[in-house]
Amino acid sequence: MKKFLALILVAVLALGLAACTAAPSTPAQTPSDTTSKTPADTSGGLIKVGIVNNPPSESGYRAANVADFERVFNEANGYKVSTFYSLKNDEQLNAAQQFITDGVDYLLISAAATDGWTNVLQNAKNAGVKVFLFDRMMNVDQSLFEAAVISDMKAQGKMAVQWLLDQKLPEYNVVHIQGAMGSDAQIGRTEPLNEQFEKGTMKCVVQQTATWDEATAKQIVESVINSGEKFNVIYAENDGMARGAVAALDEAGITHGKNGDVVIIGFDFNKWALREVLAGNWNLDVQCSPFQAERIHQMIQDLEAGKTLSEKIVINEERYFDAATITEADIDKYGIGD
Amino acid sequence: MMQNDIVLSIRNICKSFPGVRALQNVDFTLRKGEIHALMGENGAGKSTLIKVLTGVYPKDSGQIFLDINGGLKEINVKSPHEAQSLGISTVYQEITLCPNLTVAENMFIGRGNYRFVSWRSMKKKTAEILKKLNIPARAAQQLGTCSIAVQQMVAIARAVDMECKVLIFDEPTSSLDEQEVEKLFSLMRELKSRGVSIIFITHFLDQMYEISDRVTVLRNGELVGEYEVKDLPRVQLISKMMGKDLDDVSTLQKRKLPDEKTDVLPVYEAVGLSSTSCPNAFDFKISKGEVNGFTGLLGSGRSESVRAIFAADRITGGKIKINGKDVKIKKPKDAMKRGIGYLPEDRKRDGIVEDLSVRENIILALQVMKGFFRPFSRAEAEAFADEYIKLLGIKTASMDTPIKSLSGGNQQKAILARWLLTNPQYLILDEPTRGIDVGTKVEIQKLILKLAEEGVSVTFISSEIEEMLRTCSRLIVMRDRKAVGELKGDDMTQDNIMHMIAGEAVQNA
Amino acid sequence: MRDVLKKFARSQLVIPLFSLLLIVIFNLIRDVEFFSINIVTNNQGYRVLSGNLISILNGASAVAIMSIGMTLITSSCKGQDISVAAVAAIAGSVFVSVLRSNEITIPVIILAFLSSCLVSVLFSTFNGILVAVFKIQPMIATLILFSAGRSIAYWINGGATPTISSPLLASIGGFIPGIPIPTPIIIMVLFLVLISLVLRFTTLGLYTQVVGINEGTAHLNGINPVWVKLIAFMISGICVATAGNITVCRIGLINHETLLLDAEMDVILSVAIGGTALSGGKFNLYGSVIGAYIIQALTVTLYAMKVPSAAVKAYKAIVIILIVVISSPLVKEFAANLINKLFKKQAGAKIPMKAS
Ligand SMILES: Nc1ncnc2c1ncn2[C@@H]1O[C@H](COP(=O)(O)OP(=O)(O)OP(=O)(O)O)[C@@H](O)[C@H]1O
Ligand SMILES: [Mg+2]
Repeated sequence: MKKFLALILVAVLALGLAACTAAPSTPAQTPSDTTSKTPADTSGGLIKVGIVNNPPSESGYRAANVADFERVFNEANGYKVSTFYSLKNDEQLNAAQQFITDGVDYLLISAAATDGWTNVLQNAKNAGVKVFLFDRMMNVDQSLFEAAVISDMKAQGKMAVQWLLDQKLPEYNVVHIQGAMGSDAQIGRTEPLNEQFEKGTMKCVVQQTATWDEATAKQIVESVINSGEKFNVIYAENDGMARGAVAALDEAGITHGKNGDVVIIGFDFNKWALREVLAGNWNLDVQCSPFQAERIHQMIQDLEAGKTLSEKIVINEERYFDAATITEADIDKYGIGD
Repeated sequence: MMQNDIVLSIRNICKSFPGVRALQNVDFTLRKGEIHALMGENGAGKSTLIKVLTGVYPKDSGQIFLDINGGLKEINVKSPHEAQSLGISTVYQEITLCPNLTVAENMFIGRGNYRFVSWRSMKKKTAEILKKLNIPARAAQQLGTCSIAVQQMVAIARAVDMECKVLIFDEPTSSLDEQEVEKLFSLMRELKSRGVSIIFITHFLDQMYEISDRVTVLRNGELVGEYEVKDLPRVQLISKMMGKDLDDVSTLQKRKLPDEKTDVLPVYEAVGLSSTSCPNAFDFKISKGEVNGFTGLLGSGRSESVRAIFAADRITGGKIKINGKDVKIKKPKDAMKRGIGYLPEDRKRDGIVEDLSVRENIILALQVMKGFFRPFSRAEAEAFADEYIKLLGIKTASMDTPIKSLSGGNQQKAILARWLLTNPQYLILDEPTRGIDVGTKVEIQKLILKLAEEGVSVTFISSEIEEMLRTCSRLIVMRDRKAVGELKGDDMTQDNIMHMIAGEAVQNA
Repeated sequence: MRDVLKKFARSQLVIPLFSLLLIVIFNLIRDVEFFSINIVTNNQGYRVLSGNLISILNGASAVAIMSIGMTLITSSCKGQDISVAAVAAIAGSVFVSVLRSNEITIPVIILAFLSSCLVSVLFSTFNGILVAVFKIQPMIATLILFSAGRSIAYWINGGATPTISSPLLASIGGFIPGIPIPTPIIIMVLFLVLISLVLRFTTLGLYTQVVGINEGTAHLNGINPVWVKLIAFMISGICVATAGNITVCRIGLINHETLLLDAEMDVILSVAIGGTALSGGKFNLYGSVIGAYIIQALTVTLYAMKVPSAAVKAYKAIVIILIVVISSPLVKEFAANLINKLFKKQAGAKIPMKAS
């Protein structure tokens, strides 16, 4: 009995903690909550949109993503918005269903998991709710949604590799620091580089995963330095790991960046990373854009205007900055975080 | 002696532990249907012999033969479980059951043939056994909530219930009172008549003489000899065990109770004291240099009463005066600060810190009293430990040996040393002689009287009433968790105690 | 000689030291220069030590420091705190947010450090209360912060991954100008000295073990088990904050998702390898610290061997299982018997020689 009580206590505490941590900057916890504030008949010409996303606490990327949608989808732009955040697929499914029942016009979804959505999307279709997917694809028939705006990780990797080839270095001895094995970003950003290794245009000095951890990246680079092997490129699959790698170079007295011995490449467009590029400490940073709201906004306007959409899968436009071209204004415009 | 009479034969067994030779070339023979006592001082090697026999420890050298289907075959037992399947069933000195499981589970779990037991039938069977042996416990009760005596009986019941050839009891009676011992003995006689051979280890000479047919004596890990019990008088047995003669206990001089001089303040006085485990409030006092005792049957509340004095359980009421001054004793540390020491009844659960060294175990209480920020230096601690190891004759390879590898009796001595070291003005000893050999028992009784001489007050509990009669000048008799009377001076006789316990009037001597 | 050897064979340190030795020998065979130390000039222009040995000592500091607290918790509570890494992320976030709201000077750094310690001690004490007062299994009790801790850290950071940069911080995470040894190593040594002093000048060690081995006895000898457990958690809180802050200073960035990622497993393993039973009781602080170095040595070895990314964890697991098996009582006993037999034969052979 005592044990049982203790368990309950733990559960309550856990819930309490989870609640108070999930709460910040989450405008609506439950869809029903929001709809009660949204009387159906007073929408007064506003387009009703339900957004199902992952919580901003998931990552800096997600925080920027959520902020982007808040910036675009609001009453000033003619939308009546309800939002739901969760990392759990089943909660997301419930929320989506609720939005459909509440009679939204458009449903925008970034799914927690790729599977299990067919039913809900079918319901949406039957109810005449138009669905857009953003940021992540899901495993459903393409007829069930209007369009998907997603990032192409492989394209990002290709961009970086192409830039590297364009530098026409006399030789390419690459230290490749990978993200958590099996993640979308890791797979996409590894592939183009592996192609070069196979072709022999670049030499792989070390290829090792740091599981997105900055400190681990530093240790990997330390280990390469200690082994005495030559390298002149560090290709880190995100900004944090690039930063860790640079810390190791600094301690070992190896120069890097614009006028240095080692070329530094990072991904994700964190503002601080772009500043490193601007300062010439790094050579290149590639964008992984969290900004899909604008594009979806356009497509909704097109649909409202009676046009048909030309593309089903829209690849988010992504870009890169290198030390030679970046400006302060670019950082403000494209950088995420602060 | 016929060869086919022998069930178990142990030849030339040797066993050493780091720093000690526990057994050297020991022989032992067990006949069919006999009760064979194994006697010796603390640390003589009795338990070690049993553990080697049942595969708890591997032997260094020697042979063990067991009667299997009518012929002696050499066996090499590697685990207690294997011993069990060969028909050797054991109750070890330290209770090895699981306190978190129920009585029924403890009786059945881990026993070969009962792989698929239905809980219902298990409970029913347990209830039968409990009833047969008159054990005051329920089948569904958690074992840990039973008193140590009941746990001991459950351990016995578990061993006995099995079909076995050889049954081993390592000090089964140390925590039992007379009635329970009687129950155990009648059970042993019944088993004997069914042809089971029993090895019986005890420090109680009376019990040995009452039940055993033959006796093997060990001393310092060596075999002294094997004797027919009826041919071996007590004095000889003792001198064989100790290698010298026993001091005459009749020379012990207990202190007379100081006459009820009202101007002398009691060292400790409690009015209406009660605790969670001792709900009936009681009054109690003890004066300087007095030795008194609580007596009564097991479960009569004697241990709970002294626990309340030391605040070992949560105190629920009562007023306490030390040397006439009101004090608050809410937790053991308060009691310790007031100069009270308490040697608990259950050494394994409340006394020893198994994995720590003898040295750390001895200095523990004094260290706590000295304070968190003032640890003893290694040298100080060693000096203390050394002094008391010598004083009490604790047999240990070194003071750095973990206390769990000491023999049962020597562990007890180390805990006694712990409290003597705190130099208490009032010492509570709950069964200090449990598992202690005859020689040392006398030493401890002498020590109690010597302490009293020096002005220490002592409260003493023992299941051996003679021991209490020899040392105490006042006895509080308990029944059903209540004090039912007090005996002093010439009224203190075994008969009177029995009468009081039974609830009859006291006959004046 | 025999006695010394036997005593050593029985001591708790033998397995960790033996494992460390094996890894060292393995590496020396692979590459004689593996442990060589060089002096290089770093990008700030100071001469500093570098080499695999330095990498191992440096990289292990955070886990080593946390393993000190974990050892005390393991010993007294008979269980482990699995929330250490998450709480380190919280502490690191507090550290960074204090630094970011001020100009970074030494007093501000001290203030930031103290506030992060305070916060982390508070969270640890929360765990401690669940364990000591409510008697919840440590793993279950700390599961709460294990899962919620990193979200709390996110909330403190108020978003992405804030960075901080200042030469002062670089000298905490890297090198103090003029001193060639990485500062985390120095902090680790300071910590070890500090905790040794605590153990020397208080009875913490004795109390912790008594509570871990037999709470009943502890109670009856005037030790309050609740306090002893709480103290273990509080000390662990300070260790955890220190480890988190060191890691933040190394990179100059707090990433609540990846800071000391999975470090709780490494910490618990260090404790186990170090010879402290995970079921509590007798502990061995120095063993735990050595355990942390073993794990780091292993990691660095795997990097140097260029083990494929996907297989790193598997290799690590295999070696660790091996170490844990060697330190199991069964193998220990076998080894002890072996030593015994070997020496017995020698001793037996000597006697007749003397007689002749
Ligand atoms: N596991 C062990 N490790 C080291 N020494 C041990 C171990 N077990 C027993 N000994 C030593 O062996 C000797 C014999 O111990 P044993 O327990 O057999 O004594 P005993 O005759 O049963 O004594 P008692 O009457 O006190 O129970 C003792 O000196 C004891 O210290
Ligand atoms: Mg014994």
